[in-house]
Amino acid sequence: MSTQVSLDERFQARIDAEQKIEPKDWMPEAYRKTLIRQISQHAHSEVVGMLPEGNWITRAPSLRRKVALLAKVQDEAGHGLYLYSAAETLGITREELYNELLSGKAKYSSIFNYPTLTWADMGAVGWLVDGAAIMNQVALCKCSYGPYARAMVRVCKEESFHQRQGFEILLTLSKGTPEQRAMAQDAINRWWWPSMMMFGPNDSDSPHSAQSMRWKIKRYSNDTLRQKFVDMAAEQIKVLNMTLPDPDLRWNEERGHYDFGPIDWTEFNEVLKGNGPCNRERLAARRKAWEEGAWVREAAMAHAAKRQQSV
Amino acid sequence: MMANHSEFPLWEVFIRSHGGLNHKHVGSLHAADAQMALEHARDVYTRRMEGVSIWVVPSTAITASDPADTDPFFEPAKDKIYRHPTFYDIPEGLKHM
Repeated sequence: MSTQVSLDERFQARIDAEQKIEPKDWMPEAYRKTLIRQISQHAHSEVVGMLPEGNWITRAPSLRRKVALLAKVQDEAGHGLYLYSAAETLGITREELYNELLSGKAKYSSIFNYPTLTWADMGAVGWLVDGAAIMNQVALCKCSYGPYARAMVRVCKEESFHQRQGFEILLTLSKGTPEQRAMAQDAINRWWWPSMMMFGPNDSDSPHSAQSMRWKIKRYSNDTLRQKFVDMAAEQIKVLNMTLPDPDLRWNEERGHYDFGPIDWTEFNEVLKGNGPCNRERLAARRKAWEEGAWVREAAMAHAAKRQQSV
Repeated sequence: MMANHSEFPLWEVFIRSHGGLNHKHVGSLHAADAQMALEHARDVYTRRMEGVSIWVVPSTAITASDPADTDPFFEPAKDKIYRHPTFYDIPEGLKHM
């Protein structure tokens, strides 16, 4: 018992001293479990996140837009891989991780359960959804777990074009016909609140946050990052000459931040429970890809075994 | 629901970012064989010209030092400060040394 206490204490002391934890270092079981849950959810989000954007690749309005969107979706696949690899260093296999996603046991970011209805959604997703994701991910670059932090550094480097790409789409539409402007505004209206929810529940309702902060998995609270996001978007929307769908949004001189209206968490919880507009469709698409790729995986292994024999 | 298949083995990826630099570990991936590992490594780790050369090594081929033994394992180097140039006293003004 006493050795257990001292191991925990020594671990926390390392965290407090800003040392990175590496895969073979001793760590509390709860730290390992928390990380596996968080990193795998993050990986699943990248992989499922390819679907709403993949929806528009064939219908992009120009070749320039198409190659950019394709590159972005390829990046998401790569980010999924970096994250799965980081999760695997904690002692779970890729197959287990993938089974958890396909069986519906594991969660992924609820934002990807919303449909991408128009081309303007590619703009709003890039600007707002990637914008919110980057804010979270920049904070995670300083996470105490080495492999996760390193994966995040790589992801953030690559993501920097995603948000610009999205903003540029909206900016182009904002200078277009009244119909194009209306389409852009509609996309912003639909994506704003789901993006705000990406930062998770309010700090007062976030049970795991305090421990994650102590372990330096999390560096900033949900509400802190959400405020940062609002302050960024409230300024950038002016450049688009459009509005964010929040009547309570206004600059608060005293706080030095934008105030904003209450978030409808009932919607968030419904989507989380599986009742969002696209939950079933997303999982069905991932399962189909996995099942239809089975023969490729088997053939690759058979080919590798055969070549090994002939050497 | 899922086809039973033995999982692709894990490979560690090392990349030389420019000619003249050493290969550096960048991450890992699963692949059926070395050729597939190389191609995946190219697609995942060098999409923005991050490399001019790639090594892939089966993860099982790596032997690592034990983090629990870090202190005793590296102890032999700890007290040998005379291996560093700053250990030696030389007169001020002495040039090119």
